[in-house]
Amino acid sequence: MTVELTPVVPVKIARKTRTASPQWRRAWRSMVRAKWPLVAVIILLLVAVAAILGPWLAPLDPNRQNIVLRLAPPLAEGRRGAIFWLGTDGLGRDVFSRLLYGARVSLLVGICSILVGGTIGVVAGLVSGYFGGWIDDVVMRLGDIQLAFPFILLAVLFLVVLGPGLLNIIIVLGIGQWVTYARIVRGQTLSLREKEYVEAARALGDSTISVIFRTILPNIIAPLTVIASFNVASVILSEASLSFLGLGVPVSVPTWGSMLADSRDQLMANKWWLALFPGMAIVLTVLSFNILGDWLRDFLDPRLKTTG
Amino acid sequence: MWTFIVRRLMQSVIVIIGVTLITFTALQIGGDPTYLYVSERASTTEIEQTRHALGFDRSWPEQYLSFVSNLARGDFGMSLSYKRPALGAVLEALPATIELTLFAMLISVVFAIPLGVFAALHRGTSIDGSVMTLGMLGQSIPSFWLGIMMIMFFGLGLKWFPISGHVPFLLPLLQGDFVKALTSLPAALYYLIMPGFAVGFYSLSRNARLVRSSMLEVLEQDYVRTARAKGISEYAVIVHHALRTAWLPLVTLIGLEFGFLLGGVVVVELVFSWPGIGRLVFNAINQRDIPVVQASVVVLALVFIALNLIVDLVYAKIDPRVKL
Repeated sequence: MTVELTPVVPVKIARKTRTASPQWRRAWRSMVRAKWPLVAVIILLLVAVAAILGPWLAPLDPNRQNIVLRLAPPLAEGRRGAIFWLGTDGLGRDVFSRLLYGARVSLLVGICSILVGGTIGVVAGLVSGYFGGWIDDVVMRLGDIQLAFPFILLAVLFLVVLGPGLLNIIIVLGIGQWVTYARIVRGQTLSLREKEYVEAARALGDSTISVIFRTILPNIIAPLTVIASFNVASVILSEASLSFLGLGVPVSVPTWGSMLADSRDQLMANKWWLALFPGMAIVLTVLSFNILGDWLRDFLDPRLKTTG
Repeated sequence: MWTFIVRRLMQSVIVIIGVTLITFTALQIGGDPTYLYVSERASTTEIEQTRHALGFDRSWPEQYLSFVSNLARGDFGMSLSYKRPALGAVLEALPATIELTLFAMLISVVFAIPLGVFAALHRGTSIDGSVMTLGMLGQSIPSFWLGIMMIMFFGLGLKWFPISGHVPFLLPLLQGDFVKALTSLPAALYYLIMPGFAVGFYSLSRNARLVRSSMLEVLEQDYVRTARAKGISEYAVIVHHALRTAWLPLVTLIGLEFGFLLGGVVVVELVFSWPGIGRLVFNAINQRDIPVVQASVVVLALVFIALNLIVDLVYAKIDPRVKL
């Protein structure tokens, strides 16, 4: 009896557990156990909500100036009982409303730049790793040249010529990121293209494009997500720096970086709320992406955890 | 050794050519660059004249060649706002920027090594946790915001440090006036501390984490165990055996880090009104003074390439595993 049953039962159990506990459930458990990544996700969700629902959540128009209530401290009361939760700036604009709108630019630039840079980098890395030869040489040398340039300067130069604007900043910051992806994808592709299953796909008559994008690419997504997470963090920092230099989006669009640039004028007057809140918003968002990246790296490759 | 130096120099030359190509392309990318050099109210004849004078009516290869030959002669054109050669303005501001960059680098290395080692030696404890948290936090704070906060807290609040100003140290040193350089060193450092820390904190955090993980790896190695087994004091094991290998990854990063620090310096200079290239670039951005922006970018890229080259050569010298 037992002998007959043994091969059946484990298989059934195994199937059942697999459907009940997919990868994301394991991820969720790991996240809850580690606590901080969970906090990071909650913060990022809040930032995303602020970014998407900003216009509905903001108590006031972020660009409405109120000269009478210039530089009002946090919790100051305006006319008709309106409360300026985080105070007002030098032009009497509501800091809280501007902060909510600022989330929009930071997240949009962060994510879109990664999509631009990631796409260019992944394609370049795949082609360069798969075909090798002169294509590989050209792509890698281009990458070397770009890395030999302090990136922010390159961005400054291009943005001065192109002029500030959301699309321009996304493209410039995106192009700044491609090398990182290209190098990693190239390395992975080099080792994967010799694997049996890739050879099998080729032997079965799959086209080169299909082998590259359907066989190799899915297997290198995991390390890419880790890089992307760290990258969003650094792109948000770069965007803030460029906005601070006055090279971000047009003045009418509030961003955290430009709010900090404005706060510089009031530095001597010790209007601390003008610098504190936008700065905190940047730090919390960037920190959350960094924590998430750290956790993701450990989760996807537990071997790395031992060395931190 | 010479083959290595020559090979590395050749690489630098290729990169410099790349830099000129990128800088040239940047100018062309927005359409006719003539409009960057004339005022918005310029008449058609004025635009035409400027286009011809600057050579923008010629073909691209011709323009590139004249751009490179001008560059080789150090001619970036006249600054539109200062009405003097752009390169002169940039070179004048360069020592202050290099001073700040080197000081930030010094801070990031000098603090990162003991922090990283300390964390590795106390792995898993609250000390380790604090260093790791600090590391994570440091990599999430924009340098210019840190600068603003430091000005508010240490400058305006506690009045410990000056919130702006600069005492030159590198300039007298380069001019050969060692006595002046030496006597101004304490004051120079006093003014450097806040901006230096603001610029270097990001790298400090990253380096501390790097030293920690590299140290953890090295501490597991057989030769460290052997050293301990021989009865050498723990201090000697860590400093003379483990650390000698553990800090090498840091040295490789230092070269690349310069680029990052230079980027941070550009923004932080603005916060502290530091009379370097950053402030110059900022003013040039506002005035749309293209020659100054271009000269600044090329000069900083060259400084970065030179520093990188030096770091690589030093690395080859100190790491016996690099075969020359």
